[in-house]
Order: sequence, then structure tokens, then C-alpha cells
Amino acid sequence: MSLYLLCILLFCVGLYSILRKRNIIKIIIGLGIIEYAVNLFFILIGYRMHGRAPIFSGDQAVLNMVDPLPQAIVMTTIVIGLAITTLAVSLAIRIYEKYGTFDITKIRKLRG
Amino acid sequence: MELHIILLFMIVAALVAVEARDLISSLISLSAAGLGLSLSFLILKAPGLAITQLVVEILCIIILIRGTINKDLPLVKDGRWFFNTIATVVFLACFLIFAFFALKELPKFGEPSMRVSKEYIADSLTSTGFANVVSAITQHFRNLDALAEAAVLFAAIIGVLAVTRKAGRVNGK
Repeated sequence: MSLYLLCILLFCVGLYSILRKRNIIKIIIGLGIIEYAVNLFFILIGYRMHGRAPIFSGDQAVLNMVDPLPQAIVMTTIVIGLAITTLAVSLAIRIYEKYGTFDITKIRKLRG
Repeated sequence: MELHIILLFMIVAALVAVEARDLISSLISLSAAGLGLSLSFLILKAPGLAITQLVVEILCIIILIRGTINKDLPLVKDGRWFFNTIATVVFLACFLIFAFFALKELPKFGEPSMRVSKEYIADSLTSTGFANVVSAITQHFRNLDALAEAAVLFAAIIGVLAVTRKAGRVNGK
């Protein structure tokens, strides 16, 4: 249970970064931290105490594997997180080219 | 026990990444948190995920450094300090309340409910031939997930190309 609470604390750090910071790069960093926390939470739910990795080997006697389904889902989530970060960084670079700043409160006027 | 230490290290690294003054050091702290995540995947018996996380982490940091190099922002103090803090506290409180109710419904740590995964583990070697159950799920049982993932990746690539193209529309044309 304490591991779940630490994971939620990590999520809160990312949420604080998204809500409170004014630099766009800091907001993207907060998104990354939230993604770490959610991935770790999935794997924590699927963990079996004293389990082993979900790979069949020569000795078939031991069958207390950890849950393989969250691992398969998180495998997809990690790659999609890379796509999200890339898209956000390209938007940030474009905004910097147009406005010359990363500060979100300075980006108010529409400039065509 | 070692998992607690790694998680505390990740939280400290994330706090440094959020609060650091210059962007390069905060990006390096973020990559330290990603390394801790990779190590904790290894401890939680997910070796494939640890490798994937390491590779994706390196790519993310390269892209973020490309985006932020030579473009630094000094710390800004003015602005609507009070309103921002109130909004942050309200959102965090909402999240914590929902998390409190959700934590009661979860299975205990170390005893997963494997209703679906039992079938996957039993059928993996006979019906697909994969020794690794995670590959059997991603390549055979839930292959539509991989298709949707590829679709999302291509959509992201199209979005990046559309945002960063040089030749825009000229005025009046």
C-alpha cells in the first residue's frame, strides 16, 4: 500500500508542475512525470509477491508468474508517450519562433 | 524495500526537475527519474519494459534538448500568484479525494487478480508458440492494440510535420 501512495505522490508532483509553472517546457516535463507515475502504477498492480518474469523457460515447474497483461498495455503506453512528447515539443518550438518566449502568459495576441 | 528507495529517488528527481532554474539541469533530472523508472520495472519483473523505457527515455531527452537549447527563460515571479495557487490546490485536492476512494477497491499489493491473464498464460505456448507471454499478448491476443498504436504514431508524425513545416501560407493568397 505504501508503494501506491508514493506513486500517487509522484503523480501529484507532475500535476503541480502542469498547473503552477508558466514555462512551456516545464509543463511538458510535468506531462512526462505523470506518464511515469501512471506506467509504474499499472506495473505495481500486476506484481505478484516473489513472482517471476512472464517468460517460459526450461523448468516448467515454477508457474507463479507476474501479471503479463499490464506489461503488454504499458508497452503501448510508453511508445505513445514518446509521440506525445514529440508533438508537444514541436508546438513549443513553433511558439518560440513566433513569440520569442516560452512564458505562457505572454502568448496572448493572435499573430498570423 | 529497495523499491521504496528507488521511488523516493524518483520523487526527489522529479521535484528537482520541476523546481530547477535552468532548463538543461531540469531535463537531466527528468532523465534521472526515467532511469529510476527503468530500474523499478526491472525489480518488478518486467525486463522488456525496462529496455523499452530506457530507449524511449533517451529519445525523449534528445528531442527535449533540441527544443530548448539556447532558449532559456529567467524565473518569473509576477503575475496572478494567488489565483494560480488556489487553482492548483483545488485540482490536487480533487485528485486526492478520487484517489482515496479508488485505493479501497484495488487488490492488495503482491496479489493481482489474474482473471484474464490466466487464460493468456495457459494458451500462450500451445496456441501461439511465443515463450514470452508479453509478446504473445501484444502480437497475437491483443494485436489490435498494436495497430491502434501504429495509427497514433503516424498521426503524431503528421502533426509534427504540419506544425514545423517552413513554407507557410503567404498573406493574401
